[in-house]
This record gives sequence, C-alpha cells and structure tokens, in this order.
Amino acid sequence: MTAMTLVNYGLGNIQAFAHIYERLNMAVTVASTPQQLKQAKKLILPGVGAFDWAMRRLNDSGLRSTLDALVLQQQVPVLGVCVGMQMMAQRSQEGALPGLGWIDAEVVRLAPADRDHLPLPHMGWNDVHPTTSDKLFSGIEAPRYYFLHSYCIVPRNADVSLATAQYGGQFTAAVAQDHIFGTQFHPEKSHHWGIELLRNFAHW
Amino acid sequence: MLRPRIIPCLLIHQGGLVKTVRFGEPKYVGDPLNAVRIFNEKAVDELMVLDMDASRKRQPPNEALIAQLAAECRMPLCYGGGVKTVEQIERLIALGVEKVAIGSAAIEDPDLITRAAERVGHQSLVGVIDVKASGLLRRPEVVIRNASERTGRAPAEFARTLQTLGVGEVVLNAVDRDGTMQGYDLELIKDVKQALGIPLTVLGGAGSLEDIRQLVQHYPVIGAAAGSLFVFKGKYRAVLINYPSATERLALGCAPN
Repeated sequence: MTAMTLVNYGLGNIQAFAHIYERLNMAVTVASTPQQLKQAKKLILPGVGAFDWAMRRLNDSGLRSTLDALVLQQQVPVLGVCVGMQMMAQRSQEGALPGLGWIDAEVVRLAPADRDHLPLPHMGWNDVHPTTSDKLFSGIEAPRYYFLHSYCIVPRNADVSLATAQYGGQFTAAVAQDHIFGTQFHPEKSHHWGIELLRNFAHW
Repeated sequence: MLRPRIIPCLLIHQGGLVKTVRFGEPKYVGDPLNAVRIFNEKAVDELMVLDMDASRKRQPPNEALIAQLAAECRMPLCYGGGVKTVEQIERLIALGVEKVAIGSAAIEDPDLITRAAERVGHQSLVGVIDVKASGLLRRPEVVIRNASERTGRAPAEFARTLQTLGVGEVVLNAVDRDGTMQGYDLELIKDVKQALGIPLTVLGGAGSLEDIRQLVQHYPVIGAAAGSLFVFKGKYRAVLINYPSATERLALGCAPN
C-alpha cells in the first residue's frame, strides 16, 4: 500500500484526513509545494467553498501543473472530495472559471422537486446507493454520509456515476473514471462509513 | 432519505466547556477536546461550538483551539463566536471548520455575509439568531452580544434577511429557554421556519428526547440542537456527556446511526 498525499492549496480539511490515515497506521504526507507533490503515489484533493474561489486558490497555489501531470500523464489515483470533486469537471454553474476538466462533466445547481420541504443547501446525513459494490464502497454496509452542498456533478457518461443519493430527485453522489474518484459528501466527517471508504481508496 | 440532524451544542468559556441558563450562570462541564472525543465515539450527527467569551468580550476566535477541535472531530463542526471579518471566516474554513456562525456581526455589518459567501460559499455560513421576549407584550425580538443588546428586529423578518444576504443555514436560539430544559419554543420555530428556504437548526429548551421527537414530527428536515440535554443526566444535573443510541433514534422517528 502506498502513502497518501493530501493536496494542500489552503482549502479543505487536510487535518481531518491526516488524522484518519494516521489512526489507520497509514503513511500520509501533506504536499504544499510542487516538490512535495511530485513524489505522490496516491492523492486526495479536498475542497470547500465557492467553485471559483477554490479554482483560484488551486491555480494560484503553484501546484496545478504538477497535479495535472500526476493525474493525467502518470495516472496517479486521486480522490476529490466535495468541491475537490466538483473541480474535476469542466465547468460549474456556480462560477465562471473553467474546472480541471479531468472528467467530462458539468456541475449544476440541485433542483429538489419539493422546495417547500426540502431546503437548499442539501445539508446532513443521507443514504448513498452505490451502483457497484466494489471500488470505494467495498464492504460498507448501508452507506450513509454527510452532505453539505447546493451543486452536484453531472457526468456526461452515466457509467462514471459510482453512487447516487436522493434529495427531491436523484443526483450523483460519487464518481469513478479509471483512476479518478470523487465524492460529493465528506468521508472525513462521516464516522466509520467515511473511514472505511478512505481505507478502500488507500487499498485500491 | 435525509435525516433530521441531532446536534450537541457546546459553549466555551475560559478555555473550558460550560452550560448556561438563559445565557447566565455558566457551569463548568468539562474539557472541549475530551468532549469531542466522546461525541466521536457516540457518532453524533454534527457538533456546534460557540465561544461565549469571544462574542461577549469582542475577542477574535481562538484559532489554536478551533484547529485542535476541527482535527479531532469525525463529524462536521460549526463554530461561532467573535467572527467579524471575511479573513477570519476564510481562515476558520481552512482550519477545517465546516460552518462558521455569524451572530452580532450580521447586525453590525450585514455585508460581511455577502462578501464571505463569494469566497467560502453559502453552505459554509450560518446565521445565528438569538431571540428573547421583550416589552410589555413579551414579543420575540432579536438580541445580540450574548443577549445584552436589543435590536428591535422580528425573528422571521431577520431570518429572511440573513437568507437574502447569503447564509446557508439559520440557527434559531431561544434565549428564554436556554438551559431550562422545558421544551423547544414551537411557536417561534413555526414562525421562522415558514419564512425560510434554507435549512433551520433550533436551539434552546430541549430537555428530553421527547422534545426532539415532537420537533421532528412537525419538521422532518431540521437540525435539533441542544446543550443541557447532552451534557447533563438526571434531576440533579450531574455532568454526563450523552447522546441518543441507535434504538432511541429509531423511536424519535430518525434512522439509527
């Protein structure tokens, strides 16, 4: 099993991921410079906040080109979380800046059918339905995760959707495209369901 | 299915955890980091941490403590107290806090919310509304700075204003019920809930799981927060951190965790 590298561009809960992997006795490094990032064998790209703000932070971090090279040329496995996943798409309705474009997908605003009873953002614990029991969700019973978002990813190729959830309609809760993974929910804040998912990613 | 959120609310005072009654008489109930570890084990839905000193004495947030709490938390964390600038909000989010709560600043500098939302997003911003009955008619009124100042604003109208400014959630805190364990103020909650299209979390008065069950029956998508209920046990209010078990959650109409 390879060490986990957390991409630190100043956003997202780096420490929460680090804590979980340390408790699992797995090696973890925080990469804040291109030199540190270059060594990565497996990546986590966290993210919170507005789409453009996150993209700008990543673009300005000096890590962008190294990250693109690792993922696109060296096929280093990567897990994007929340806005970290949304950034992997080509664009988002929330912002004007282009995304990383690793996945052929767009990020759109959630549109729950019953706005009277279903407020936005979608906030809280929801059931997640994997389309396949292997990969990230292997061995996880009745998976349930913490969500905090108003936008969701829509992959052009439906096979890229690894799991769905319901909130006044179905949306993609996780994606998998070859070595590129993403979750809309926060595994680092989802108790044992999240810890197991993060372990599965480490073992993949 | 999205579950109602059951949220312990912890108050920080002089570096320790306290519980108040109607925002006064702080009683020491333990160490914050230790409490977070216990709540981790109990797999709580979310945690809310409010720093009384920061809001009362206009001190900036204690970032060193918040960083420790955020790293320890295996569930989402909402922090409130002393938040006055966009830069503070950005730093708190970068420290690993999921949601930053804004109280007094929302009255004194409403534009703060709009400016912060452009960076950290609406979903990371929470507007706290402290409500206290005032005047001869005991009309509910929004109060700030630990309920020491009246604002003349009505709760529902102010909640809608916060939503328009750009918060992603409102926490409605009934000051008169704080620490009394007499049940939520359902009338106040109804009034504010009707005015909102964003999630609402209510705080103040929960004294039993039955209070939560009643709330959730009315509002299946809501945040049920409580202080005393999750730190005291029994009629002598012995300090004992607790949280409903999977079976108890089922009885509340919430799926088990």
